Amino acid sequence: MAATPFTAEESARIRADFPILTRTVRDGRPLVYLDSGATSHKPRQVLDAERAFYERTNAAVHRGAHQLSEEGTDAYEAARATIAAFIGAAPEEIVFTRNATEAINLVAYAFSNSTAGGGGGRGERFLLGPGDEVLVTEMEHHANLIPWQEVCRRTGATLRWVPTTAQGTLDLSGLDDLLTERTKVFAFTHVSNVLGTLNPVRDLMARAHRVGALVVLDACQSVPHLPVDVHDLGVDFLAFSGHKMLGPLGIGVLWGRPELLDEMPVFLTGGSMIATVTMEGATYAPVPQKFEAGVPVAAQAVGLAAACDYLTALGLDRVHAHESMLASRLLAGLRSRPWVRVLGDPDATERGGAVAFVVDGVHAHDVGQVLDNAGVAVRVGHHCAWPLHRALQAQATTRASFAAYSTPAEVDALLAALDTVPQIFGTHGAA
Amino acid sequence: MDLYQEIILEHSKRPVRAGLREPYEAQVHHVNPTCGDEITLRVHVKAGGAGEPELADISYDAAGCSISVASTSILAEELTGTSVAHARRAIASMRTMLTSKGDDPGDEDLIGDGVALAGVSKYPARVKCALLGWMALTDALHQTEGVRL
Repeated sequence: MAATPFTAEESARIRADFPILTRTVRDGRPLVYLDSGATSHKPRQVLDAERAFYERTNAAVHRGAHQLSEEGTDAYEAARATIAAFIGAAPEEIVFTRNATEAINLVAYAFSNSTAGGGGGRGERFLLGPGDEVLVTEMEHHANLIPWQEVCRRTGATLRWVPTTAQGTLDLSGLDDLLTERTKVFAFTHVSNVLGTLNPVRDLMARAHRVGALVVLDACQSVPHLPVDVHDLGVDFLAFSGHKMLGPLGIGVLWGRPELLDEMPVFLTGGSMIATVTMEGATYAPVPQKFEAGVPVAAQAVGLAAACDYLTALGLDRVHAHESMLASRLLAGLRSRPWVRVLGDPDATERGGAVAFVVDGVHAHDVGQVLDNAGVAVRVGHHCAWPLHRALQAQATTRASFAAYSTPAEVDALLAALDTVPQIFGTHGAA
Repeated sequence: MDLYQEIILEHSKRPVRAGLREPYEAQVHHVNPTCGDEITLRVHVKAGGAGEPELADISYDAAGCSISVASTSILAEELTGTSVAHARRAIASMRTMLTSKGDDPGDEDLIGDGVALAGVSKYPARVKCALLGWMALTDALHQTEGVRL
């Protein structure tokens, strides 16, 4: 049986777990938070887990022989196991970073550091130079674009990109010319943070592997919202952020195939990531420690594990069904307003929960301001995807995005507030 | 909403002195990286009364929200034909008002209709929008220093 959206009773129970949802904004208006794609709110269970760590176990993990350090280390590594299992991985296959941006940079730097002779890995698959190519897409968040622009600059490799269609899907018609023996790495997003487009990962991955390219998947907008299994997808690397999936700020995850992580040279260096150190040089700890320099983010890992448990208990298939229902409701409402242009594929049956749109004759910042005045929080601007906006001929858009705690009533509140926009700016008459 | 006064909406729909014109001594391009708003602004300075440099023309091409377009339009209306020294005082006054978090209602003698933007200072995320044209003018005036008039 297909998964169903949450019922009103279930929704109410879920919302009761999120203390922030009871606060008001802008002169006592209830908060209608439709910006979960930027960052999600945190349930009490996550906050409690983090607080309990600080109150009971706080210690520098993987250092010290005292009891707190031992318990802290256990909590940190147990969190790693929970988070790894959440994406179908083994604990030693995931590396904790500060966020997904840092996770992608870690992989990008593996290329330039290998090329420059950095230590910690043999890294032959990670050599880049003139004649080699890095392939991205025009749909990428800046976090999966700029690290690759810079690695090309550092190594002399060439950056190429898959363009997008007017519908906001990847234009794969020229992929055979773009993805060739010269391509060393193909980095793309699983779900667009702007359009909600769900990219055909398995097909792209298979084509990349036929030419020997490594695949890096930006999963920031998929892992929090739908069931993801790294082995099922078959990619080589996958990155996501904790704070977008009901977890704490300050923690991200890089998953990599273990033999690749083993081959990669070190990125950030310092304490915790070493095996031996002399004044002349150092040898490094095995994966994942060799990529986790400095005192580990233990409380954040514990909080993120609690978020994984929370999402697992809700059921990711139901979270996805719920957010899809909300996106459909919003899309239907927007389509019935002829003065609104929705970006993205109107015919997509499967999509993520981000919906971006433009109001005729009104800048997104002004739309956002009017919505905010009604207590409706959305994102406005280019959402860290400036090239995509340029390709879709939108200077800036308004984006609504959802999480498990979002409700149909919140979609309706957005639509009601939106109807005041043409009146305020004297553009089209609202229906 | 106090933010969108009639005068602001009017300026945003029909920006005063919009378009890029010749001659000019300085041209600058400024962007607001959070939303992608852009402005290209040119200034033409000439010797005015008592040899004081004067802003003979301010011309611009701006794409942005109503606040940023209106603010630039007000700038062009209020400062075209004034002395460069006056323009600098007006810019400083505008900046003080916009960063006052609602405390400074603005000096109408210096910024004229610019006082209609006082409400923006209560919305920190919008201050950059309102300042975009004024920062561009600051930059352009800086470039005209030392230009023979």
